Amino acid sequence: MRTLNIAGSTFSIAIIAALLSACGQGPSEPAAPANDVNGLKTPAAFADIADDADRAAALFGEMSKVMLHPRCANCHPREGGPTQGDDMHPHSPPVVRGFGMGAAGMECSTCHGPANFAFASMEGSIPGAVPWMLAPQSMGWVGATPAEICAQIKDTERNGGRTLDDLVFHNSEDHLVNWAWHPGEGRAPAPGDQETFGALTAAWAQAGAHCPAG
Amino acid sequence: MAVTLKINGENRSVDADDETPLLWVLRDDLRLTGTKFGCGIAQCGACTVHVNGQPRRACVTPLSMLEGADVTTIEGLEGREAEAVRAAWAEYDTPQCGYCQSGQIMTAAALLQRTPQPSDEEIDDALAGNICRCATYVRIRKAVKAAGEKLEG
Amino acid sequence: MTLSRNSSSTITATRRDVLAGAAGLVVAVTLPVKSRAQGAGDATFAPNAFIRVTPDNIITVLSKHIEFGQGPLTGLATLVAEEMDADWAQIRAEHAPSNPALYGHPDFGMQITGGSASIATSYDVMRKAGAAARALLVAAAAKSWGVPADEITVAKGVLSHASGKQGTFGDFAQAAAGETLTGEPALKSPDQFIYIGNENLRKLDTADKSTGAAVYTLDIFRDGMLTAVVAHPKRFGATVASFDDAATRAVVGVVDVVQVSAGVAVLAENTYAALKGRKALVVEWDDSAAETRHTDAILAEYEAAAKQRGVVAHQTGDADGALAGAETVLEAEYLFPYLAHAPMEPLDAVIERSADGGVEAWLGSQGTTIDHQVIAGVCGLDMGQVKLNVMLAGGSFGRRAQPTSHLAQEAAEIFMAAGGDKPIKLMWTREDDIRGGYYRPVTAHRLRGGLDANGDIVAWEQTVAGQSFAAGTPFEPFMVQNGIDGTMIEGASETPYAMANTVVSAHMINNPVSTLWWRSVGHTHTGYAVECFIDELLDAGGKDAVAGRLALMSDSYARLAGTLREVADIAGWGRTMPEGRALGVASVKSFNSYVSQVAEVSIEDGAPRVHKVWCAVDCGVPVNPEVIRAQMEGGIGYALSAILFNEITFDDSGAIEQSNFHDYRSLRIGEMPEIEVAIIKSSEAPTGVGEPGVPPLGPAVANAVRKLTGKTPRRLPMIRNDYQA
Repeated sequence: MRTLNIAGSTFSIAIIAALLSACGQGPSEPAAPANDVNGLKTPAAFADIADDADRAAALFGEMSKVMLHPRCANCHPREGGPTQGDDMHPHSPPVVRGFGMGAAGMECSTCHGPANFAFASMEGSIPGAVPWMLAPQSMGWVGATPAEICAQIKDTERNGGRTLDDLVFHNSEDHLVNWAWHPGEGRAPAPGDQETFGALTAAWAQAGAHCPAG
Repeated sequence: MAVTLKINGENRSVDADDETPLLWVLRDDLRLTGTKFGCGIAQCGACTVHVNGQPRRACVTPLSMLEGADVTTIEGLEGREAEAVRAAWAEYDTPQCGYCQSGQIMTAAALLQRTPQPSDEEIDDALAGNICRCATYVRIRKAVKAAGEKLEG
Repeated sequence: MTLSRNSSSTITATRRDVLAGAAGLVVAVTLPVKSRAQGAGDATFAPNAFIRVTPDNIITVLSKHIEFGQGPLTGLATLVAEEMDADWAQIRAEHAPSNPALYGHPDFGMQITGGSASIATSYDVMRKAGAAARALLVAAAAKSWGVPADEITVAKGVLSHASGKQGTFGDFAQAAAGETLTGEPALKSPDQFIYIGNENLRKLDTADKSTGAAVYTLDIFRDGMLTAVVAHPKRFGATVASFDDAATRAVVGVVDVVQVSAGVAVLAENTYAALKGRKALVVEWDDSAAETRHTDAILAEYEAAAKQRGVVAHQTGDADGALAGAETVLEAEYLFPYLAHAPMEPLDAVIERSADGGVEAWLGSQGTTIDHQVIAGVCGLDMGQVKLNVMLAGGSFGRRAQPTSHLAQEAAEIFMAAGGDKPIKLMWTREDDIRGGYYRPVTAHRLRGGLDANGDIVAWEQTVAGQSFAAGTPFEPFMVQNGIDGTMIEGASETPYAMANTVVSAHMINNPVSTLWWRSVGHTHTGYAVECFIDELLDAGGKDAVAGRLALMSDSYARLAGTLREVADIAGWGRTMPEGRALGVASVKSFNSYVSQVAEVSIEDGAPRVHKVWCAVDCGVPVNPEVIRAQMEGGIGYALSAILFNEITFDDSGAIEQSNFHDYRSLRIGEMPEIEVAIIKSSEAPTGVGEPGVPPLGPAVANAVRKLTGKTPRRLPMIRNDYQA
């Protein structure tokens, strides 16, 4: 079962501090980073929103582009099992959440390994990461609004006891989260990259982790 | 890349492209042909083996992830669950063409190791990844159930 | 009658010889011992081409039909064991090698498995073979013991005499080989049967198929063998314009790249290298003669054709006049897609040079004689120089019997192009299988029916537009008559229903897409169209679907009526159904077997879900009841997969859109309905069960869907449509 222990056990203050410091750079800096990385805005793009709550809400809206992208959302269902593809069709072969890692005898790891693996006989690949698994049902958000997801991921009752720092770390460093930008042959990556997603998360947390309205 | 792993209890060393799927290592290099090729993309389950006790599709398992692994194929499947499954397969005359049956049996044995008396739903969930084009499914379901009952009895 | 012929393996058969040989086979129950006995030692008793008895007391039955799940190994062995009075435990079965003179099909002359005919064409032959073997063993024992043969009894493989003398078949195997049969031994009467109809008999191949020991073509390895995979075109009719194999040849393990008529073959030391090599291959295809239309355009052409009367295949009374005068006229079009067979074991073959300069091949050979001829032809050899081993195959559903033997041809071409000296294993991947054509043809049906004021059917017009897969092949003389391929209209040109005014016609339309028989052939679509439309007409006329059919069924379909009454009984036809559930029924005679089915259906998530199917089958004397039940179950599951999910489609450029089981969806265990099968008691000659379970399923489900939604699914697969209960 995937829990926050994975992130928590290797929690690094240094990484978070580095991320926070990176986010502190304003747009007025001469060597300003690009405001957009592969379709995802960087925190710099939101720096001129003065109000913390407004900025946090806007940052979260940007983060939700990643979270609701099929590369992420396919394994964050609210009901039933995972989906596949950009059209988010039901997973084939059919799989169930079961004990969290699939059904007895038909587990996620029955097919998915630690890394993507390209098919030899056709285009495409089977995705893999450590560990390949569904998000817990309480973290399912397919069909949810960014505001609902925001409330959900901050709720320690539902998020597996994660603190904001844990969330920043998860979004910045988690291997399975990282997969979204390295999805293997035959899949389009989520917008941006993990560094930007992590930075957005850190900036959102720093701005008070306020949620969008609605 | 040479990889040392245990196949059906025996230590074997395989020197092949490290991306070679276990399926072709088993069949081409080790001549363990009971593990079948059906789709090559983890859709049909005909190549199911056990890796470190867990059911695994050999067609999407690269050699590179198997250093030191303990692999069981249909040829080496033993134990009370395996015996119960094979006895039930015979009682219900389950196979038709037989080509998918190694995979069905590997999955069924893994299911019974985890859930000794599965319900119909648990059987369907476990075997959802094992296609049988002959559609022997009603007999598979009955046989797995009977095997479970025998194990418990 | 005894036919003595030279049946050594060096026979060179032309088609004419093959046909002549077949006529002999029907009566040839005893053949000279020395003529076959392939691989058998001197101590082996081989009374004919079908039976070997060895001193270790094992009886091996040679099956002239290939086993890919329908049970002929067990079935043919049952017939032999019955007449020999053998012990089932001493029975083994294996495939006969390719030899049309010994193992030819009585209708086609060639050695072939198909038409659900293995038991039907073996019932007398194999029982006579068994009875002859028994008689010779008894004669040997009588001589040895010095007693009259008619005082010897045989039970469970043991010969006994009242004097206390006893011996096994094995004990007398050697002596029996020297005996000569006089006259034709009498066969048992059904009341003496021990094995035929025995519910407790189990199949011979289950154990090997549960341990991984069963050997299929893909499991054959020869010294120095190369594995070949072929890059095939994505469009039908395309040919290789050019190819660049530089990257392919750079793959470690790739040995050669050769062009053959079907594409470009990559040969490698192992399968993975061959696959990687093919992925790296760049082929330019010449599409100038290719089918580049979207499947919808092909379907539209067929649909348009079906609106006009075609070549009339069957006519009674005056359908046009009756339609014009009918109180009510109903009209319906039914459209059927291309279907791949998708057997679990994709096509494969192994071929190597023999020490004597000939070749030996291993394949799941269904059209055995044609495969044999084609391999010989490509290799420039006589048939006698080719040894063809028939292998267990991982399913077929029609796919392995090709009038063109394209698979054997591809294997032999690769073998020759690579020098003709290295053993070659040709392996198709699932993508090759799904995209490889030889599909169930696209077919359009248009039906019009007239009812009078009482709701009785007074007119029936059916027009079929489809493609012939027999035209231009050796099967054309058997299958195409008056410009119509009989398989397009089987089940339509003759229906169970006695109607005064009918006209059934057909259009044969060709295109470059290769097509083939698919489990139950024409009945896959004619059964659907006829059984859906009759259901709609009966309903429109205010008649019950079961009683209405029974009232219309002609005398010659009394056995079909028997299955319909039985299935209505076991399904509880007419009972009040739970909310959201409905029953649908259909009855189809195919391959001389009669099957009726009732399906219980609901609509879930916008698609039909089948919960249970009741099935009644009359296939004459039930030889292996468990096999019959299993074939009904399997036929139902196979049909359900197709009618719910399956179609092969082409995009706007004619490229095939499906490739593997992720987009050519197979029924899975959770979608399999519960099934109850009733076998009608019968003393009629046995008929087939491999295919007849398929045709009624689609219309039974469709008729239930109509009850739930008001609409019959007119275009398959059903999943194309969104259903609301």
